[in-house]
Amino acid sequence: MADSHADDENRREFLYLAAGAMGAVGAAAFAWPLIDQMNPAADVLALASTEVDISALEPGQAITVKWRGQPIFIRRRTQQEIEEAAAVDLASLRDPEADAERVQKSEWLIVNGTCTHLGCVPGNRVSDRKGEYGGWFCPCHGSHYDTSGRIRKGPAPTNLVVPPYEFLTDTQIKIG
Amino acid sequence: MEKQTYSNPVIRWVDDRLPIFSFMDHEYNKFPMPRNLNYFWNFGALASITLIVMIVTGIVLAMHYTPHTSMAFDSVERIMRDVNYGWLIRYIHSNGASMFFIVVYIHIFRGLYYGSYKAPRELLWMLGVVILLLMMATAFMGYVLPWGQMSFWGAKVITSLFSAVPIFGESIVEWLWGGFSVDNATLNRFFSLHYLMPFVIVGVVVLHVAALHVSGSNNPDGIDVKGPQDTVPFNPYFTAKDSIGLGVFLIVWAGFVFYAPDFLGHPDNYIPADPLVTPPHIVPEWYFLPFYAILRSITFDFLFIDAKLLGVILMFASIAILFVLPWLDTSKVRSCRFRPVYKWFFWLFVLDCFILGVVGAKSPDDPVFGVEWFKYVHLGQIGTAYYFFHFLILLPILGKMERPLPLPTSISESVTGGRSDSAAGAATAKGEPA
Repeated sequence: MADSHADDENRREFLYLAAGAMGAVGAAAFAWPLIDQMNPAADVLALASTEVDISALEPGQAITVKWRGQPIFIRRRTQQEIEEAAAVDLASLRDPEADAERVQKSEWLIVNGTCTHLGCVPGNRVSDRKGEYGGWFCPCHGSHYDTSGRIRKGPAPTNLVVPPYEFLTDTQIKIG
Repeated sequence: MEKQTYSNPVIRWVDDRLPIFSFMDHEYNKFPMPRNLNYFWNFGALASITLIVMIVTGIVLAMHYTPHTSMAFDSVERIMRDVNYGWLIRYIHSNGASMFFIVVYIHIFRGLYYGSYKAPRELLWMLGVVILLLMMATAFMGYVLPWGQMSFWGAKVITSLFSAVPIFGESIVEWLWGGFSVDNATLNRFFSLHYLMPFVIVGVVVLHVAALHVSGSNNPDGIDVKGPQDTVPFNPYFTAKDSIGLGVFLIVWAGFVFYAPDFLGHPDNYIPADPLVTPPHIVPEWYFLPFYAILRSITFDFLFIDAKLLGVILMFASIAILFVLPWLDTSKVRSCRFRPVYKWFFWLFVLDCFILGVVGAKSPDDPVFGVEWFKYVHLGQIGTAYYFFHFLILLPILGKMERPLPLPTSISESVTGGRSDSAAGAATAKGEPA
């Protein structure tokens, strides 16, 4: 009698546990679509590349184009800017990266113009402040970037990100 | 709760089946309040009323607002120019956010000064901190809706805070945005949540008030109510006192709405959002400035935590620390009236919050009062350090060291100086045993 009572307890415990586990799995399965719907939708993902004609840019000029809703800086660097970027001692950098690793053609610097601190856009017009290293200056919290888009001073943790891009022709690039 | 017998048969019929009339009578008419409350005890009621006004004006605004990046800004301008009384409703709502924070901040500092967070009101206090957090989220998302430059860049900077989370940071931010930048998907979900969260706040306010009605209000002497001689009924004593405070409060609110409706705003938010150009000087609304100052004051790495993450952690910690305040303050005495040392530190803490607010509004690299080597970021670092010193070191130690002044034996004694008086007589005359 006592044995069958203990059996009942075990059976009941097992049923509670099994039912509870099934309920938890079901709840998680139902929760996932509700969470994942907030991730980028198919149409947003589809807008993944942008083609740009860069034939009009003179050395020293830069343009901003929009890719995935973010600003992409395309800068045709002057010879002096290229030399400055190449001459930097990598050990002195917060996020060490050689200039050669950040460009495909040394004249063209293409970076995502989103400050790696908190997402502001440093000024990219000729009249904007360029900061102490001649690249970009972020007005929000004072990050200075050099002519290779590397972080040199201020709160940003990493260099401006180089987006995936390819030269379709000498004057045509595809970002993304 | 004692059941009332109502002479009106309809009220009696309802009350027998759902005792809402008895409930209201017990909780808001007869509810015993300490008789020594001062005007700082108005601010809870003022906050409730502000919440209701915000919900009513917000529901109306949602009838005219369009949550789409290409139309949001114009729809807000249409509310301002074409919708009948739209300007009035929007200015009440936008200034109402500031009024809500003024009232709630005074309410919180009242609680800090008079020790309202101490036993048995810890849970009441913690529910209040939850309300503050919900208010901040709601205000932030509401500020994004007009889709001006400050809306956009405020949204960008604040959501980017989550990119500081190790490993998952980028994924979290893309999940919050619904894309690779703040865009239409972001605006839509912020609108949805901005509409939802006030009702969540109402829910937590109900719990907050329910907890309040278990322990009863604290009072300026911070001593317990010992009997009916220490209390007066809520109505008419505090319905009247709250009404006076409400009148003054509404004059201030109306003053902003009618005479300086954009005083607390930022002119850049009348420029439509441009995802490619950041305004040169972005600042959050005034009620977030102290927290923004804490975020920006961390410019150095600490152990394995980088500066960006540490700033974010400390900013959230500055509010989270309020949850454990009841256990950090070791003093048994509630009110600052009887804490001669803490009283001064309280005001120093208020000053610190103001200084952090000023720092939050300034550019971090600007010198303070023209002193070249002393920048606002340094002042922010000192202010941040003091903020956490106050809670983590001062409060636990001071409670053990300080010798409090003698407490009055009862509220009625402290009010009357021991004499029997007419107010006590009035309470007795209403049939309450003295």
